[in-house]
Amino acid sequence: MSDEADRREPLQPRPRIRHSLLVRLTHWINVLVLLVLLGSGLQIFNAHPALYWGHASTFAEPWVAMTAEPKGQGLAGYTQVGGLKVETTGLLGLSDGERRGFPAWATLPSYRSLAEGRRWHFFFAWLFVFNGLAYLAWGLLSGHFRRDLAPKGGELAPRHLWAEIKDHLALRFPHGRYNALQKLAYLAVIFGLLPLMVLSGLGMSPGVNAAWPWTFELFGGRQSARTIHFLSAMAIVAFVLVHLAMVLASGPLRQLQGMITGGETPPPAPGAHP
Amino acid sequence: MTSIPRRGLLAGAGSALLGLTLAGCDQIGRNPGVRATLARAEGLTMAAQRLILSRTALAREFTPADISPDFRANGSLRPAGTAYRDLVTNNFADWRLEVGGLVERPLSLSLADLRARPARTQITRHDCVEGWSSIGQWTGARLSALLEEAVLKPEARYIVFHCADRLDAFAEGDRGLYYESIDLIDAFHEQTILAYEMNGADLPVKHGAPLRLRVERQLGYKHAKYVIRIEAVESFAHIAGGQGGFWEDRGYEWYAGI
Repeated sequence: MSDEADRREPLQPRPRIRHSLLVRLTHWINVLVLLVLLGSGLQIFNAHPALYWGHASTFAEPWVAMTAEPKGQGLAGYTQVGGLKVETTGLLGLSDGERRGFPAWATLPSYRSLAEGRRWHFFFAWLFVFNGLAYLAWGLLSGHFRRDLAPKGGELAPRHLWAEIKDHLALRFPHGRYNALQKLAYLAVIFGLLPLMVLSGLGMSPGVNAAWPWTFELFGGRQSARTIHFLSAMAIVAFVLVHLAMVLASGPLRQLQGMITGGETPPPAPGAHP
Repeated sequence: MTSIPRRGLLAGAGSALLGLTLAGCDQIGRNPGVRATLARAEGLTMAAQRLILSRTALAREFTPADISPDFRANGSLRPAGTAYRDLVTNNFADWRLEVGGLVERPLSLSLADLRARPARTQITRHDCVEGWSSIGQWTGARLSALLEEAVLKPEARYIVFHCADRLDAFAEGDRGLYYESIDLIDAFHEQTILAYEMNGADLPVKHGAPLRLRVERQLGYKHAKYVIRIEAVESFAHIAGGQGGFWEDRGYEWYAGI
């Protein structure tokens, strides 16, 4: 018995994996799924590149519209938001000489096809839901949300948050666990933006609307749901851009490796409290 | 430090990969296997909606104040040809709706006959697949009553709506004609009507005069305009492109509840 004990490795704190297998898997699936949903979503948007509020479209008064109008000898692309109208030739309204909301490089497929855009969008919308449910179930059951994402005591204190903001501005990123700003951003996306995408998507479905009128009433009408769907998608794009900037600023290779292999949390500094 | 060139390399590789991905996406999307796989989501959507949602739920009905003054018309705005022009000239006095296919008692109905059948008026939202919505008031004959009068044979599974307009002038034969189909759940739904009035007046030509389908829980292209013949069928595989509708033959979903 004592022999067996002697043969054991000396006791060491087991290095904790930074990102569990399920988090890594659902993260990369989500990267692909969100890319396809964005590209096909912009394709669908291009079929009627205007946004409204309320139940029905007020064609003469969209609050957002991308148009191509005569200018000089040719055409120019314009984007109107509320009372503001700016020329956006080459990007919005008109690109490569073609009238279209978003340019070919941003849409799936690149050529104009509402039918194909919808096929991509709804297939990947189901993948998004299944992937999201797997992540949510695991996050709850494994304690990932409680352990890694829930802000700990004191983290939400203005003083602590202010210190973190200063750290971010100075590009100082403590390695190891998520910081409070990071936790808040992730929580807002996981429990706010992403579910809002699903809800506002259902809010546009005439079949779902009939059985569950709250799916469009929640937003104040189907056209409002479409507007919210678009704005939420843009907010996710903004989140991803900041997320990528943070990865680049905090050691991209280590971060990328962590999200692929799992990585390890660094051993606690001497005297540090876990 | 090596991290700066590494970052440059990474960014370069990233954008090259993105370019390849975007070019590759169109290629992937043209693959028949990929297309068939993507199209499977429609079955899942329909099964989920039919399973979870009430099959008899009514689409929201609005008030007269909600009616859109700028209700948009899509597709054919006036069928070509002398036959339709003559019908308009004569105020559709010579127009008939044929109800046939898998029915015990085929019907041939004039507009006056239709107006004498059980009717329904509803103010509903019309959702175009393009993304816009308009609200209108519709009055029409209830499809369920017509089908009960014609008596469906037991093997009838779908109701097909044949239309007077040729939307694709270049397609051969019946492939350019507009048509649509729905299953019996939607056909017998309380709000499924053959509308002859819009906003309290005769149905305008651009909205499908003299008769259009209203199937309120699906997208606009299902609401066939210029309906002249209704056919009960067991399968629509033999009609035109075989996908159950003009737009379905061109890649759109047959189940347009989403």
